[in-house]
Amino acid sequence: MIDFWIILTASLVATSSAILGSFLIMRKMTMIGDAISHAVLPGIVIAYLVSNSRASFPTLMGAAASGMLVTYLIEFFNRKVKLQQDASIGISYTFLFAVGIILISFFSNDVDLDQECVLYGEIAYVPLDPMEIGGHLFGPRQVWILGTTLLFVVGSVYAGYRKLVLTTFDPAFASAIGISVGFWQYYLMAGVSLTTVVSFESVGAVLVIAFIAGPPATAYLLTQRFGRMIKTSIVLGITASILGYYTAVWLGGSIAGAIATVIGLQFALTFAYVQFTRKNRTQKQLKNTVLTEV
Amino acid sequence: MDFFSEIASFFSFTEPNVRVVFWGSLILCSISGLVGTFTLLRKRSLIGDVISHAVLPGIALAFILGQQKNPAYLIIGATVTGWISTFLVDYITKNSKIKSDTAIALILSVFFGAGILLLTHIQQSGNAAQSGLDQFIFGRASSMNMNDVYLFTAVGVVIVALTIVFFRGLTVLSFDEEFSQAIGFPNPWLRLILSITTVITVAMGVQAVGVVLMSALLITPAASARFWTNSVPLLAILSVIISGASGVLGSTISYTYAGMPTGPWIVVVVSLVAFTSAIIGTRNGLGRKMLLRWSNNRKILRENTIKLFYNSEQEQASYTLEELTKKSSIEAASLTKGLKMLVRLNFVTKQGREFVTTDEGAKEARAIVRKHRLWELYISRFMNLQPDHVHDDAEGIEHVITPEIEKELEKELEYPLKDPHDSEIPYE
Repeated sequence: MIDFWIILTASLVATSSAILGSFLIMRKMTMIGDAISHAVLPGIVIAYLVSNSRASFPTLMGAAASGMLVTYLIEFFNRKVKLQQDASIGISYTFLFAVGIILISFFSNDVDLDQECVLYGEIAYVPLDPMEIGGHLFGPRQVWILGTTLLFVVGSVYAGYRKLVLTTFDPAFASAIGISVGFWQYYLMAGVSLTTVVSFESVGAVLVIAFIAGPPATAYLLTQRFGRMIKTSIVLGITASILGYYTAVWLGGSIAGAIATVIGLQFALTFAYVQFTRKNRTQKQLKNTVLTEV
Repeated sequence: MDFFSEIASFFSFTEPNVRVVFWGSLILCSISGLVGTFTLLRKRSLIGDVISHAVLPGIALAFILGQQKNPAYLIIGATVTGWISTFLVDYITKNSKIKSDTAIALILSVFFGAGILLLTHIQQSGNAAQSGLDQFIFGRASSMNMNDVYLFTAVGVVIVALTIVFFRGLTVLSFDEEFSQAIGFPNPWLRLILSITTVITVAMGVQAVGVVLMSALLITPAASARFWTNSVPLLAILSVIISGASGVLGSTISYTYAGMPTGPWIVVVVSLVAFTSAIIGTRNGLGRKMLLRWSNNRKILRENTIKLFYNSEQEQASYTLEELTKKSSIEAASLTKGLKMLVRLNFVTKQGREFVTTDEGAKEARAIVRKHRLWELYISRFMNLQPDHVHDDAEGIEHVITPEIEKELEKELEYPLKDPHDSEIPYE
């Protein structure tokens, strides 16, 4: 049963991330997602100090606030003082992340978060923390939280699908017909912040980006259609969760780390396959053209 | 614990360990400030981020193969995986439709994940020598020893020498790879120098700063220095100074509080330098820009106010505030401010309710009107604009025409007497 809960937790994270990640990749905003995933840390710690609990409403608010702060900082450096974008991202999130780590070390007696768990989470402990209502146990709390998040992500993406797709692929046309590109960008960023925060406890700040960037990138290599890309990346994410879990059990290591490794292998194999077939195809085409010309 | 006596004891160097921490972080951070200059100029700051995450599996593998925490092995391992990661990012971007941001995020997180997997695997296998391996994640400057400092110094000397010898080539390459190729610089070698020095710096730096935040040491000092200068040599020097100083300050703080990781403190210190530079920096700094806009607005208001006193028949002019308000579109409040400035400059004197121009004021008013009308004539003649379309443009440009441009205009228009509206152009 423990296996099942852990794999389910990872799959829930993978699914939300795959949906949002597909949009981020097409918008060339993956690194902003990375920045948000690091930058939510100080918000989480401060909210934790104030409210004394994890994964609660205040935590969510704190994380959302620091997620907004990092997007603001990036904009400030990039637009107001004309620093190049890569450096703007780099400065902003490393600063907020460093502040978060300092807060954790400073209040290490009061905060039940340790530095390492911030990075790669503790998915193995998820089944040990069940949801309790009126003396009955209803499965792990994290599964409920992540499940609700997934429903929320699916619901909001479904509701705004056409506009999200339009602002992603042709922002100029979208704004010409009166759709606010800025609004839909923040809509998406809000989803990314939410997913990062709730995934924080299980997979940590750094590894959630493997879920966001990995499966969608692999799917992008395999298909030309956006809808199919989202579906493929969900399947890839869930497969990686299953394979990753058993790899971790076999090697005796971090589950989130193992899933990220499997995501990397999926990409590597797909990349090699695509390169190989493309080379074959161009050679065949070359042969055909030579033959017909002769 | 007395904070200040701790700091005093740190800088008195009585403890040998303090000396190690001081020199270690100073040298490390200075090197990364230097290397980061070129990373920033090549717009590859996030590649530094990839490398710093990607050294983790290298460290873990080196430990598994060597079965001990030998710094030389660890640095070699870190260098190898760090270099592979940059190679992969470039390869993926070049050979598929995947863009660089996605390739960076993917390689960064996958290598880091693999590193975490290996590290947790080592910890569970319970090797006694593994303790302290997790310090590579956030860095602990106090875990350095004198041998590390010697190593950093040696590598630092080599990197500084390489940078000085190839300075011109590296600079040109950073700004324009094709131009650098065209004028015969050995581009592949220069690129190799940059990538190897970056990877080695990161591999050494993770010991003090940790893998997660090492990238900040490459990005932030150079970016802060960028707010102060446009010259590449100055940028490099400034970046080294900022980085070195932040390194020493950060490791002092983390040393004085027990259990504080070093990396985050160094990053916070250097980030504060960056924020300050962004606000008060002389190049693109926010404060400087606001100051410029403020003084510009004052100049425009002053010139628009004195222009109201211009009139072609007589030298002196006098108006009351009410008359001026009626005459112009400037708001009453700004007009009062403008008049105050004019009085202070002695362009206008206040006599009872009347404002009267002095000789200098009248001259200034003529100068503004002259620029305005010269410009009107210029664009109506050379851009074939109708005379009724030229006023708005001249209204803006009259405040920025310098005496040199004015001379050019006069010459180009052959010292005209009338503007397109048939009004006289007032000369001295």
